[in-house]
Amino acid sequence: MDTNNKYEQVADQKTGNAKEAVVSISHLKKSFGTKEVLTDVSMELNRGENLVVLGKSGSGKSVSIKCMVGLLTQDEGSLKIFGDEVSELKEDALKAMRIKIGFLFQSGALYDSMTVKENLEFPLTRVLKLSDKDDIQHRIEEMLEGVGLLDAIDKMPSDLSGGMRKRIGLARTLILKPEIMLYDEPTTGLDPITSREISELILQMQQKYHTSSIIITHDMACAKITADRILVLSKGAFIAEGSYEDLENGPDELVQSFFK
Amino acid sequence: MTRSVPATWNKQFIAAGDQVVFMGTFFRNIFRRGFEWNELLRQCYIIGYKSLSLVGITGFILGFVLTLQSAPTMKAFGAESFVPSMVAISIIREIGPVIIALICAGKIASSIGAELGSMKVSEQIDAMEVSGANPIQYLVVTRVLACIVMIPILTLMADALALAGGFTASNISNKISAVLYFNKSFAALSFVDLIPAVGKTIFFGFAIGFVGCYKGYNSDRGTESVGVAANSAVVSASLWIILLDAIAVQLTSVFAYS
Repeated sequence: MDTNNKYEQVADQKTGNAKEAVVSISHLKKSFGTKEVLTDVSMELNRGENLVVLGKSGSGKSVSIKCMVGLLTQDEGSLKIFGDEVSELKEDALKAMRIKIGFLFQSGALYDSMTVKENLEFPLTRVLKLSDKDDIQHRIEEMLEGVGLLDAIDKMPSDLSGGMRKRIGLARTLILKPEIMLYDEPTTGLDPITSREISELILQMQQKYHTSSIIITHDMACAKITADRILVLSKGAFIAEGSYEDLENGPDELVQSFFK
Repeated sequence: MTRSVPATWNKQFIAAGDQVVFMGTFFRNIFRRGFEWNELLRQCYIIGYKSLSLVGITGFILGFVLTLQSAPTMKAFGAESFVPSMVAISIIREIGPVIIALICAGKIASSIGAELGSMKVSEQIDAMEVSGANPIQYLVVTRVLACIVMIPILTLMADALALAGGFTASNISNKISAVLYFNKSFAALSFVDLIPAVGKTIFFGFAIGFVGCYKGYNSDRGTESVGVAANSAVVSASLWIILLDAIAVQLTSVFAYS
């Protein structure tokens, strides 16, 4: 079934332009034991958009994107990707959907028993089932060149710095040409210069591969570079929405505290 | 107190149910397309070849010590000539498979538990899953099957070295030819001794691989959980080996020796 036909059409009331909502979340709730992490999350991600989700640690940012890829299941509410309810997808359908979603983990999550080349080869041979060695080599080199780390092709993850791991993690994710990218705190633990490089790389990759992205962060420099729109999450619900400039000059004290 | 008992049982039932579900997932994934042959061979090398020295030395010393300990008692009863056959039967039927399986539980189950536990903590397993790959097929099926294949081979090798150890120990006090020693050893043995003994090591291998994978794959987040996964993998695998051995001995005595 062509998922393009199933995109939910959302009318932008301000401009009158029709936007394709590739991710649509409505009244999402998630608890762990007695702790309510997501109390009422509703949002939409439009095609080609870079959406930044800001929030303090423990506010439920990572939980919300883990629900999107089916790593966690919501307790209540609706979570649709390309119009499909994620919690209702069967195993094969979930796998097919996951191929269209790239997830960059906070740590990079490189397979530490494999070289960089093997890390990038893994999704090509296991997910896309490619077997042509020349084609695989070409794709790996192209992707590593894109993130500026072609010379690290034979290195082990333990030989890489934090920033390099994130770049390789990004290359491994993008090698499947996903339509949606989810970034879980992509600049956490990096120095300001490397953080800026990663933020600019996210923007470059979004422009090159035309992905729609959700970037979970509390790094305002990253948000400023990458965001088309920002949502602020607090106590399991979104409390503010707008562009970087709108929120920077807005009245809400909690939102303002992120910009100080 | 009265309320905590059902809660404890409830937790145990949930854990047991989890293991059954995990086992079902394992069996379902064995027959899925895209079997990881290269990874299976790599795991056989890691689990089998890299355990050769530990298992070999253990096996040799088992036979050596058993002979040294039993020879004086047998001599007191004038039954010294039965030492080779007694050692052979003890090693092949019981001591070899169980001790080697317990040694492997310590080495292999802990290693699998710690490896998968650290992959879980560092989100590598999640990364595999969200990319659309199949981590059960790549990580679990290969490791469990490698244990099922390699534990019987390691046990047979250890059994052979234990007999060699017994021969060496016999030669310390009395000169006995290798031909005579091994003739006496093998005369006391039959396939009814060997086949059930090797058969049960297949189940020991399954227990070692499965428990190691289950504990590692389902470990909690945080570095402490890696140690917990490794530790509980050894404890659970050892208990399973002893339990399976008790069942195997009972079944063997009913069906093979009756």
